[in-house]
Amino acid sequence: MARPLVMPQMGYDMKEGTILRWLKREGDRVERGEPIAEIETDKVNIEIESFASGVILKLLAREGETVPVGQPIAIIGEPGEKLEEAPAPVAAAASVAGTPVAAPAAAVAPAAAPAARPEEEAPPPGERVRASPLVRRLAAEHGIDLTKVRGSGPGGRIVKEDILPLITAPRPPAPAEVPPPPPAAAPAPPPAPAAAPAAAPAPPPGLPEFELVELGRMRQTIARRMAESFQQAPHFFVTTVVEVDELLALREQINAQVPEEEERVSITDLLVKACALALREFPTLNASFVPPNQLRVFKRIDVNIAVATESGLIAPFVPDADRKPLGEIARLTKDLIARAREERLRPEEYQGGTFTISNLGMFGLVEHFTAIINPPQAAILAVGSIVREPVYREGSDQPVPVRRMRLTLSTDHRVADGAIAARFLETVRHLLEHPMLLLVR
Amino acid sequence: MARELTYRDALREALREEMYRDERVFLMGEDIGAYGGSYAVTRGFLQEFGPERVRDTPIAELGIVGLGVGAAIGGLRPVVELMTINFALLAMDQIVNHLAKIYYMFNGQFTAPVVVRTVEGFGQLAATHSQFFENYFAYVPGLRVVAPAVPKDAKGLLKGAIRGNDPVIFIEHSLIYRNRGEVPDGEDFVLPLEGAEVRREGRDVTIVSWLRGYYLALGAAEELAREGIECEVIDLRVLRPLDIETIVRSVQKTNRLVIVEEGWKSFGVGAEIAASVQERAIDYLDAPILRVASVEVPMPYARNLERLVVPNKDKVIEAVRAALYQRALVPVAR
Repeated sequence: MARPLVMPQMGYDMKEGTILRWLKREGDRVERGEPIAEIETDKVNIEIESFASGVILKLLAREGETVPVGQPIAIIGEPGEKLEEAPAPVAAAASVAGTPVAAPAAAVAPAAAPAARPEEEAPPPGERVRASPLVRRLAAEHGIDLTKVRGSGPGGRIVKEDILPLITAPRPPAPAEVPPPPPAAAPAPPPAPAAAPAAAPAPPPGLPEFELVELGRMRQTIARRMAESFQQAPHFFVTTVVEVDELLALREQINAQVPEEEERVSITDLLVKACALALREFPTLNASFVPPNQLRVFKRIDVNIAVATESGLIAPFVPDADRKPLGEIARLTKDLIARAREERLRPEEYQGGTFTISNLGMFGLVEHFTAIINPPQAAILAVGSIVREPVYREGSDQPVPVRRMRLTLSTDHRVADGAIAARFLETVRHLLEHPMLLLVR
Repeated sequence: MARELTYRDALREALREEMYRDERVFLMGEDIGAYGGSYAVTRGFLQEFGPERVRDTPIAELGIVGLGVGAAIGGLRPVVELMTINFALLAMDQIVNHLAKIYYMFNGQFTAPVVVRTVEGFGQLAATHSQFFENYFAYVPGLRVVAPAVPKDAKGLLKGAIRGNDPVIFIEHSLIYRNRGEVPDGEDFVLPLEGAEVRREGRDVTIVSWLRGYYLALGAAEELAREGIECEVIDLRVLRPLDIETIVRSVQKTNRLVIVEEGWKSFGVGAEIAASVQERAIDYLDAPILRVASVEVPMPYARNLERLVVPNKDKVIEAVRAALYQRALVPVAR
C-alpha cells in the first residue's frame, strides 16, 4: 500500500526543512533505513532515511523546496503499484516518518511527528500563498519558503521585488522540471538587485555602491537568535584572570599518557569540565529566564561549545558534562567539533544545552572578549588566549612569569546579579588553578 | 547611408522603385490615379506610369480584390488599395476565401502574390470609418499581415511584400503618414515579412505595440524613464506570423508585459499575444499581462468622446504603473 514519507521533525523547534538533494529517484527501490534525501534545517544538513521498504512511487517535493514538518515529501509503495488520485488513506497511521540517519528511532518516532496531511491537501482558505508565477519559480529554485514572505502586491500577492532581497545567485533551473525556454530565448538574466525598479524598498540615499548579499539559512538563524538575545536579555560582563601553568602541566601529563588520540584533552575540555562542576554550585546560571517572572532551573548540566564553521557559529553540547570524565568529554568534543565543521551535526546535538563556552583563545590574538548569551540560556563564558605575563606574588617585588588566561562571563541580569557571576568565576578559577579537582570530581 | 523620410514618402519610394524594377507590378484601387490616393500615397503615379499600371476602379471592394487575385494567378504582381480598412469588410470573401487559400487549394500550382494596401485610423470619421480590424486578417492562415510603424519599415516591408509570393495585407495608419524617420538608401533595401523589433531597451516592463500604438508606447517610455522606470518597447511590425519569441525573450528579462492596441480589447491581437506569452513564459511573469485598448463602443463622432475611447500615452503610463504594482488596476480574485 502506498504510504507517504513526511518531512521529519528533527529537534523540538524545527518547523520546516529544505530538500537539498534527493538520493533516490522515482521508481527506485528503497530499503528500510536507507538514506533517501539530504535535507537542510535551520542549522545543519542531514540525510534522512526511509522507515519503510518499497519503491518510490512519487517524489512530492523538488530539490530546493522548503517543506513544513509533517508534510508528505514522497510516496513509497509496492513495485508496479499505481498511484490513484491521492495517496492511500493516511489516516490509518500509515505515515512513515523520514528519520535522521543514525538517530535513535525513539527520538523521532513517527507518532511524534504531526499527522501527515493527505498529499496536496489544499491549505485552508485564506492561507493560500499569493505569488506571481515568476515568484513561485524563483522561490522553488532558491528554496525560499513563500509562507514567510510578505507580499506587497494587490491582495498581498508576493511579487518579484518582495523576494529579490532573499536571492543571491540564481541556480540554473533543473531541465526536467522547467519547460525549456524557446530555442532562441536567452536564459533569464540574474535578477540583479540593481535592476530593482522604483517599487523596490529603496536603500537610503547617498549609499556608496554595494552588492546585496543574501544570508544563508544558518546566518539568518544566528542573526535572529543573537539579536533576540542581546535585545531581550540585559547582559552584564564580569572578567577574571586565571593562572594556567598547572592546568597546562596537567594537560601535558594526561596527553602524554592517554593511549588514544581521541582522549587527548584540550583547554576547552578542561573548561567544559570546570564550568560544569561550578554550575553545580550555581544552579541559577544553569537556567533559562521564563518571561515574565519565572526561572527554569535545569537539573542537567549540558555545556555547549561554540564552533566556528564556514557557514557560521554552531554550539553543540556535551550532555551531563559535570558527570563525565575528562577523557569522555575530550572524545565527545572532538567528534562534535569535527562534525560541526562538516555541517553534519544532528539537531539533537546542538538544540539544547544549558550553558555555553566560547573559546577564541586558540586564535592566539584575542586576550579578552565578551560574548552574547546563547538564548535562552542564562550565561556564556568567553575565553581569551593564554598569555605569559609578569605577576607580582604576595610579599615579593620581583615579578614572575606566569601563563594566564582571561575569562569573561556574560550573564542575563534578569537571572542573576554581579555577585553571583563573580562567585561563579571564582569557583571556575579555583578549579582551573587546582586542576586535580577536575579529575576527582 | 540613410535619409530622413516621412512614412508616406517611404511608401511612395517603395512603390515607385518596385514598379520600375518589375513591369508586372501595377496599382489598382479607388481614387488612386486621378485623385492621387485618399492619403496622397500615389500622387503623380498616374502621370508617371500611365493608366495601364495605375488603375482607378469603381467603388467595389470585392471586385478590386477579386481582380487582384485573378491577375496574380495570371502572373502579375498587383498592389491593390482598399481606401480604408473599414471597406475591407466588403472584400472579406475574396480575401479570406480566395486570396488566402489559392496556394493551398491548388496544391501550390498557383500563388496569389497580391499586396492589399489599406489604412486604419480615426479623427472624427465616426463609427463606421474609425475601426481597427487587423485582428480580422491576422486570424487567417495563408495571409501575411504587416503593420509598419516607422518609415524604414514602411519602405522595406512594402518592397518585401511586393517581391514575395505570399498574399499580404499591408496595413497603414492615417495618423502617422507625416511621421519622419531614417530610411536606408538603395533600391535593395528590402525587409523580410517577419520579426518584431526591440526599439527601446529597458529592464522593468515590456510594451508591445504596432502602428500608432508604437508611438504611444515610446512616449510613455520616455516619460517614465524620467522616473527611472525603464520600458522595453517592441514594435511588432508584422502581426502574422507573430514573432512571439522576441516578446518572450523580453518578458523573460522584464517579467511584465503591457500590450498597446487601438482596436477593441476583447478578441483582439493583444489577447492573442497575452495567451501566447503565458503559454511560453508563465514562469517569468511577475504581474498580469495588461492591455491598453479602445473602449468597447462604436467610435463617437464628437472629438471629446473620441479621445476618451482610443488609447493615449497616459493610459499606457497608467498600465505600466499597474504592471509594476505602483497602482492596482487589476481586480484580484479572492
